[in-house]
Amino acid sequence: MLDLTYNSPKPKVIAGAKHDWELVIGLEVHAQVATKAKLFSGASTLFGSEPNSNVAFVDAGMPGMLPVINEACVAQAVRTGLGLKAQINLNSAFDRKNYFYPDLPQGYQISQLYHPIVGEGEVLVEMGNGMARLVRIERIHLEQDAGKSIHDMDPNMSFVDLNRTGVALMEIVSRPDIRGADEAAAFVLKLRQILRYLGTCDGNMQNGSMRADVNVSVCRPGDYERYQATQDFGELGTRCEIKNMNSTRFIQMAIDVEARRQIAILEDGGTITQETRLFDPDKNETRSMRSKEEAHDYRYFPDPDLLPLEIEQAWVDDIAATLPELPDAKKARFIAEFSLSDYDASVLTAEVANAAYFEQVANGRDGKLAANWVINELFGRLKKDDRDITDSPVTPDQLGKIVGLITKGDISGKIAKDLFEIVYTTGGDPEALVEERGMKQVTDTGAIETAVDAVIADNPDQVEKAKANPKLAGWFVGQVMKATGGKANPAVVNKLVVEKLGL
Amino acid sequence: MSIDTDTARKVAKLARIRVQEDALPALASEFSAILGFIEQLNEVDVEGVEPMTSVTPQRLKRRDDVVTDGDQQAAVLANAPDAREGFFAVPKVVE
Repeated sequence: MLDLTYNSPKPKVIAGAKHDWELVIGLEVHAQVATKAKLFSGASTLFGSEPNSNVAFVDAGMPGMLPVINEACVAQAVRTGLGLKAQINLNSAFDRKNYFYPDLPQGYQISQLYHPIVGEGEVLVEMGNGMARLVRIERIHLEQDAGKSIHDMDPNMSFVDLNRTGVALMEIVSRPDIRGADEAAAFVLKLRQILRYLGTCDGNMQNGSMRADVNVSVCRPGDYERYQATQDFGELGTRCEIKNMNSTRFIQMAIDVEARRQIAILEDGGTITQETRLFDPDKNETRSMRSKEEAHDYRYFPDPDLLPLEIEQAWVDDIAATLPELPDAKKARFIAEFSLSDYDASVLTAEVANAAYFEQVANGRDGKLAANWVINELFGRLKKDDRDITDSPVTPDQLGKIVGLITKGDISGKIAKDLFEIVYTTGGDPEALVEERGMKQVTDTGAIETAVDAVIADNPDQVEKAKANPKLAGWFVGQVMKATGGKANPAVVNKLVVEKLGL
Repeated sequence: MSIDTDTARKVAKLARIRVQEDALPALASEFSAILGFIEQLNEVDVEGVEPMTSVTPQRLKRRDDVVTDGDQQAAVLANAPDAREGFFAVPKVVE
């Protein structure tokens, strides 16, 4: 596999009133597993259904109902683990995490505390300018999601919808390797990209398919390096966990404001209490979720309804054999194969559909030119219409032909833009259109020469001026282009004008 | 391990079971007796013994990823003390 090399970015340094401080951040990302049915029941996972319509009696916590695991959820977790170069645990087990909340009718969440299905892996988080942070993944475990409580439909009541109850989540836990708010946001986006490539989570953050709990602490410069050397958390500050955020912008805001809160306490001689906090984006502050504190005594124990989850290496190998090319590999290949810049390769590999489209356009053609046309013209035009690449009116084959026509010198870049617009709005075969509409660039020197001679003969005054001021040659080029309907090859015109005027 | 009154009170609270204050000492001593009985298991040497999770060799039963259940809003809400517009209605819980 091709590999790109990166340098680690410098940690974010925050100047306090007394000292400099550094951030230490770890994330727990809850990603909804992309399956049709729930983790332990046959109810649908479809988002946006009638309230309480995707609920089996198992999900509703009815007495006597037993969970039966959905094998596809297990496969998706394994697939995700493989995608994060993680260790797959052939033996894992489910535990009960006990707490009471209206949207958790069982009175416990089935999770995997002691024996998660996936162990240590890694995510490379690119930060631009040749910088990237390698973030270690500690574990991934499977667990049930809770239901949804709605608080704004009635002044005195909360309304509970159990449709999400029991949907499978992967909790992806990072090590505290993230050193800035921007890195945390980039980590979430990179993880989202990988999950979407793998097809194990749709990554729809607005619908809550990905939500993150962020652990934030601050330390003095040098402390973190000692932690890395010893893996002793005692070197680091006390952390607070900011719960349940589903936007990278809020994650960044929350980290900034929480770090400042902690620094103010520490510089004032106080100590940080380890606790769960909630970010309020309206007030731009975090506040303690005191109600959660006592409930933190979850009294985990192995779920007696479920045998340990044993999977076979051969099954894991079968899943591994179906993994797609992942973002890092694809990007490295695009850079090597099509001579793209790091930036263009990142843009084109952001989504699988974009990358696939580009590869069809670039197939057998000038990759760099193809990249420019996909990124600047196509993406720009689609964005203007608020359309997605998957319903682009211009097919990769059509755009490829336009790129081919430019490379061959059949049409100029300017005419190509007109041609693109025609294909975008009315369709058609670009090669045929160029013929039918006479858009072909004139490279025949004889024909261009005639046009240049005509312009010079018609404008003796301008000729005199141009001889005194050679910059006016541009005016002649413009006139010739106009006379030829923009089809003359501008380079040839330029050369002839300069020659004929004797400049 | 012995359970004192405070632990008994905490466990009851976490389990959302209302226990009168004067019933706690008896409950605590009952808990202690049960745990003491179970603790005899610690005397058995299980060094190197695989934990047994089932008396017969069994594999965790799996289901296919097919929607086979749901679409029974009325039945799901049937026992709810209060339900409105398809939702369970509960006393307001806000963080």
